Amino acid sequence: MRLDRRYGAVLGAALVLVVIAVVYVVHAAGGTNAQRAGQGGTGQAGADSVLGTVALDRPGQLVFRNAEPGSQSGRLAAVPVADPSGRRTVSNLSCVRVYAAGQTGVCLTIERSAIPKITAVALDSSMHATRKVQLSGAPSRARVSASGRMISWTVFVSGDSYLTAGFSTRTGILDTRTGRVTPTLESFTIYKDGARYRAADVNFWGVTFADDDNRFYATMRTKGKTYLVQGDYDRRTLRALRTNVECPSLSPDGTRLVFKKATGDAARPWRLHVLDLKTMRETPLAEQHSVDDQAAWLDDRTVMYGRVDGETTNVWAVPADGSGGPRLLIKQAYSPAVIR
Amino acid sequence: MYISTTREADAAAVVPRRGGVLRAVAANVVALGAVSLVTDVSSEMVTAVLPLYLIVALGLSPLQFGLLDGLYAGATVLVRLVGGHVADRWQRRKLVAGFGYGLSAICKLGLLAAGRSAVGIGAVLAVDRVGKGVRTPPRDALITLSSAPGDLGRSFGVHRAMDTAGALMGPLVAFAVLWAAPGAYDAVFVVSFCVALFGVLLLVAFVRDRPVAPARTPVRDRRPEGAARQASVRAALGLLGGRAFRRLCVGALLLGLVTVSDSFIYLLLQRRLDIGLTYFPLLPVGTAGSFLLLAVPLGRLADRVGARAVFLGGHVALLGAYLLLLLAPASGGFPLLIGVLALHGAFYAATDGVLMAAAGPMLPGALRTSGLALLQSAQALARLASSVLVGAVWTVWGMRPTIATAALALGVALLVAWPLLRTPFHTGAPSNEEEVAGR
Repeated sequence: MRLDRRYGAVLGAALVLVVIAVVYVVHAAGGTNAQRAGQGGTGQAGADSVLGTVALDRPGQLVFRNAEPGSQSGRLAAVPVADPSGRRTVSNLSCVRVYAAGQTGVCLTIERSAIPKITAVALDSSMHATRKVQLSGAPSRARVSASGRMISWTVFVSGDSYLTAGFSTRTGILDTRTGRVTPTLESFTIYKDGARYRAADVNFWGVTFADDDNRFYATMRTKGKTYLVQGDYDRRTLRALRTNVECPSLSPDGTRLVFKKATGDAARPWRLHVLDLKTMRETPLAEQHSVDDQAAWLDDRTVMYGRVDGETTNVWAVPADGSGGPRLLIKQAYSPAVIR
Repeated sequence: MYISTTREADAAAVVPRRGGVLRAVAANVVALGAVSLVTDVSSEMVTAVLPLYLIVALGLSPLQFGLLDGLYAGATVLVRLVGGHVADRWQRRKLVAGFGYGLSAICKLGLLAAGRSAVGIGAVLAVDRVGKGVRTPPRDALITLSSAPGDLGRSFGVHRAMDTAGALMGPLVAFAVLWAAPGAYDAVFVVSFCVALFGVLLLVAFVRDRPVAPARTPVRDRRPEGAARQASVRAALGLLGGRAFRRLCVGALLLGLVTVSDSFIYLLLQRRLDIGLTYFPLLPVGTAGSFLLLAVPLGRLADRVGARAVFLGGHVALLGAYLLLLLAPASGGFPLLIGVLALHGAFYAATDGVLMAAAGPMLPGALRTSGLALLQSAQALARLASSVLVGAVWTVWGMRPTIATAALALGVALLVAWPLLRTPFHTGAPSNEEEVAGR
């Protein structure tokens, strides 16, 4: 008798929980469907934005991921460098990360389905997909070499360990000239302190290419330490240069790297620094906030980066020599790149 | 010992006699299995979508949360021991387990409340792990107290099979929610919270726990608070004075030290077979599937032939997996993949619950949670040390020598463990009466 009453109570409570869950999901589905309806291209553009294709070969533009709330959130968009707060052109392509250079773009996308399909899409100058590479994790970084030949991406993978939490990264490269895909830099030969280095726990992220489309820099993590590594694409080697350098980004003149340096302060984990490759001297930049992004160079004297500000993300710019202070470049945007 | 465990089993729950696989599995064990199943659905839902949520919805980097992994592991060991002590001190296993389940349930809403704050999310994830650490020992103690000693292996088999089934279903439920409401991660968390709360309800309504009289200190409650606590901690540590339990702990520690962590196994498979990265996240599903299928049969086997043989046999299966990885040609392809994952799952099925089934009868009921917490902590720390060791060996020698070393070390450890665990730990064996007297 008591057991029956217990069954009744649990069944009743279960019903309430099912109703809560279903109502919430249906409500959320309504929200996202309304949002999706606006994505057909018929949706209203924001007051200061226009729908259209972004010409990836037109110099003087900043290309980025739109973070304005509403139906156009997450789309690849562009504004003039001369007037970054002016009218933005918003495309119909949804990307989690974008980058563009040398008349080539890359867009890391997630198809919103039951099992999310994650893809790196190479784009030509009129935003047509020229190549798609299937990825297996949440998109984190994207980069294109100055000539547009080399494309790289980093994703986070979480299925590596059973029973334990922990994340690892995978970084791949697409050579658009040969069509060769390197699924992970882990297949490269690593040298550290002059000797061959082997470890099961190496992770790579944040590639930046030099002008010769062969040399590149990236971050390697192993045994709890991060390293700046210099890569040779043709020889398929990586050489560790120094510690505590993450997400390097090479200046247009090839002399400096902007990177995020771990501070050890949990409240502000990273600070942007610039490394002079000739003197190997580091300069902290004037941005006091923690920045978790692979910065990009606006010009030879200024770097730009996405920053989480409260409920949104904005793109900021700061002088590369440690002077001055950060200034807001593009509101409600992320993943900036300049078309030179 | 036999007599006392049966008495406790009767005290804790009814042991209905039924036919088939569920015969002699106590209603309490099935209830605990259902709680674990439901809770695992809830937690694996979150695990499956967490990276996407952090990066896509919040624009944060998951690496921020991986940094404290070692610290978390240490903290979890501590809360596990404290939880075990509290459960024994006040004889409230169900309450402590319920606290752990409840804590993890609230964390699902905590993820929503934390918003974009990286510190907040890190804290929520840490609290979630504390919840997991707290609930495991009292739950396993309840299973041992609810089963007839000769059926412990089967009981744990049923429990672990249900637990794993939940873990397999979790990602499916999460992706079903995302299919219905694309991109709505908040909906995944809310559903996960509802599921977790249902698990807590099941625990409250259907799991039974009755105090087990302390064997030697019946008037403990009348002592001053501090003295009582000290005595209890000392009593818990005194469990190691029992020869059988001490040997079991040492054996588990030794074998834990030579157990290569799962991520290494998957990494080795991926390297050996050049598995596409797209399929990489599916490898743990293979292990879990094999674990699910074999948990009950191997638990029953432990009841019949003794837990030692099955426990050591499980490590032989792991050794088999190492040797397959080492010796099979890379062209082995699909059969090699299936073979390794099947053996890996068999290893879990033959060791995870079976070890608890073996330990249960060695521990007095009043101190059982502390004892199991001690054993689980030893094993967890050994495995943590092992992954550091394996990492170091890999760095110096490379991949193949690492597997060879691991196989050799496991082989040697098995040879040492066999006589070490000779004291028969047939589940519920009546022979270790004087062993327990060491408490």
